[in-house]
Amino acid sequence: MKSRYLLGNEAIAHGCLEASVGFVTGYPGTPSSEIIDTLRRYNERWYHIEWSVNEKVALEEALAAAWCGLSSLVTMKHVGLNVAADPLMTAAYTGVHGGFVILCADDPFAHSSQNEQDSRRYAAFAKIPCLDPGSVQEAHDLVKEAFLVSEEFSLPVMFRPTTRICHSKSDVVLELPSPSTRTSEFNRDPTQYVVIPAHTRQLHKKLNEKQKKIARWLVERGYNRFELRATGEKKKAVISGGISTAYVQEVIGDTLSHAIITAYPIDEAWLAHFVAGHDEVFVVEELEPVIEEIVRQVADSTTIIYGKKTGHVPYEGELTSARVASLLQGAGFEAKTFPSVAQTLALPNRPPILCAGCPHRAAMFSMKSVFKNAIFPSDIGCYTLGIQLGAVDTTICMGASITVASGISLSGEKRDVVCTIGDGTFLHTGVQGLLNAVYNGANIVVVILDNRVTAMTGHQPNPLTGLTATDDVSPRVSLEEICRGCGASFVETVSPNDMAQFRAVLQEAKARSGVRVIIAKQACVISEKQARIKRPTYTISKEHCIGCKVCVKFGCPAIEVAVGGLCTITSLCSGCGLCMQICPSAAIRREGKE
Amino acid sequence: MSFDVFIAGIGGQGTILLSNIIGEACVIEGRSVRGAETHGMAQRGGSVECQVRIDQEFGAHIAPGEADLMISFDLLETARHSHYMKKEGVIVTNNEYVLPTSVFVQDLPDPGRELLLSACTTKTVLSIDAKTLAEQAGTILTQNVVLLGAASRFIPLQESSLREAVARKVPEKSKEMNLSAFDLGQRATEN
Repeated sequence: MKSRYLLGNEAIAHGCLEASVGFVTGYPGTPSSEIIDTLRRYNERWYHIEWSVNEKVALEEALAAAWCGLSSLVTMKHVGLNVAADPLMTAAYTGVHGGFVILCADDPFAHSSQNEQDSRRYAAFAKIPCLDPGSVQEAHDLVKEAFLVSEEFSLPVMFRPTTRICHSKSDVVLELPSPSTRTSEFNRDPTQYVVIPAHTRQLHKKLNEKQKKIARWLVERGYNRFELRATGEKKKAVISGGISTAYVQEVIGDTLSHAIITAYPIDEAWLAHFVAGHDEVFVVEELEPVIEEIVRQVADSTTIIYGKKTGHVPYEGELTSARVASLLQGAGFEAKTFPSVAQTLALPNRPPILCAGCPHRAAMFSMKSVFKNAIFPSDIGCYTLGIQLGAVDTTICMGASITVASGISLSGEKRDVVCTIGDGTFLHTGVQGLLNAVYNGANIVVVILDNRVTAMTGHQPNPLTGLTATDDVSPRVSLEEICRGCGASFVETVSPNDMAQFRAVLQEAKARSGVRVIIAKQACVISEKQARIKRPTYTISKEHCIGCKVCVKFGCPAIEVAVGGLCTITSLCSGCGLCMQICPSAAIRREGKE
Repeated sequence: MSFDVFIAGIGGQGTILLSNIIGEACVIEGRSVRGAETHGMAQRGGSVECQVRIDQEFGAHIAPGEADLMISFDLLETARHSHYMKKEGVIVTNNEYVLPTSVFVQDLPDPGRELLLSACTTKTVLSIDAKTLAEQAGTILTQNVVLLGAASRFIPLQESSLREAVARKVPEKSKEMNLSAFDLGQRATEN
């Protein structure tokens, strides 16, 4: 047993190796992506591992492998579970044979997400156990337990780390990986695996019968536990779940009892006993009042309960140790005091921005210049940053650019509707939207930003990359053929970095009607760097620059305004040459060229 | 009580590697450590911060007013996060700063070096020319190790552990270059 300094997701991945995981699927999504990225790079791999095309596909595959007796893992971010919700709800009915862990990473504060949904609600909805770790070490230890819980009750188990577990680091004590010795075998049993009404009614009953036993078992295993410390006249206690437990432990006063919840469903008798021993109870958890609701349900009227419902804890965002301390003090609970300071200087923000040389900037710039009054539905990926260019009017969830565009068009809006979607997102859930748009006669332009990789989450391969998660060569998929297969008659592929050509294609699309697809094909500039592709960079000639700042307004991070008001190109230049193409005074030249 | 190190910079400058080196040095000494960092959407060329808490067993967040040491790659980011510092803390910062693209696109004013330095009110503020020192060591990419060397005497870890952690965490072929970057940084803050 040795200690290493690891990212939460790396520690979780290692826990899965120790638990003899036999089958791994998932779809990238911050903060969950590094789990599969770690497992797919493990050299002595004994398991099948893949990046699936979406979460529904991933969950169904992993479920089937668990039916065949393997320990299976599927990973996704919280909103990915919405995509996979259909199989999730019924997977609880069918149950599993091998352990099946559904890892769903939540993102309080929406650091990298479109919402702050709390997946513990999904676990309760599906009636499956949920494990919610409070530290990186616990995440490592508990993911192994998740496979055990799953096999004990023949149910899928949700494992729910949050961003501050996934992307925190800690010294972690590890054990050795343990290769799986299981072989896959499907045992035919229609009463379990074919959910026709007659079978599903029975399965539902069985699922409900398991619930109390699970709650009891989770307490017996010590996942939910408490420390009784309250003394004096008024006995006070704190109850916390997930990462909040670490914050509470850092700041809690010595005279307060502390109950720690890491597993759901919570045993009501156990919780009632703890609550009854105290006069005042403060519940600390991020997002939804999942624990608090059960505490209120089991408490008698003499215990005062503080939490979200009394306005003592926020429903939104994430907590920190300092925040928890101030919340506790707000209800008269003893906690460490932190200094009260804030930044008062007004400094220019430094938001994330599309890279120097990013082809999305080029595509969106041309779209805006050709379709001046259009509506621009967009999607989820790096190109959502195109909001800074005024080229993103809507973003709701994966794959929703084409469907939102169709809805706007079919509702009768008169302006042009030009939507953008990345290649990975198109393959995730965009194809159905295109099929529907053609079928139902939408009048839209679809620009597929094809950079051949799932860039934002860390350059994971997708079917267009030509490589699998394990770097094996996969058959190349043709975007053109998919789009034509969906019935689109106008399908053109062109590089957005060739601005004249790209604009010509946009003009041609503008002159037509129906569903017009433009595939803006240009490799991600980071992928090019990783492949060591180097291009000559550009400079601005001082004699020719007229200071019009057209290049500066383009928003490339490599272009700055120097002293004296003239524009200059920094060492960030990737050599894409886009600024040269938009400069009205021909002041931008390739290095070494006069 | 933990010793809290706040690392500030811009996405792509090597802040995460720097925090990994400090974390590794803690593991070498058998000390507990917690770290928090920025990934994903928040990373692309934006402000990034890594927090490392030496001897901490619980949360990874440093509260404002609680950091013992700041290591910063950019003077503007130093100022932005200066409220995280304890009054008696130490700031080791690069003396240069990069203006965000938004300043140029939106024609915002340059805050100016003096204003940025005025935000650094800790007892000890050391600003070094990390870029030049890194180039002296061999490449701008060693800026993070230059800054680590410069801050090393304020970190409650053995210098030998930090050097060993550098050697373990950087690519084998750039080991010597990084160790000399450590030396250059260390010398820059002597006296």
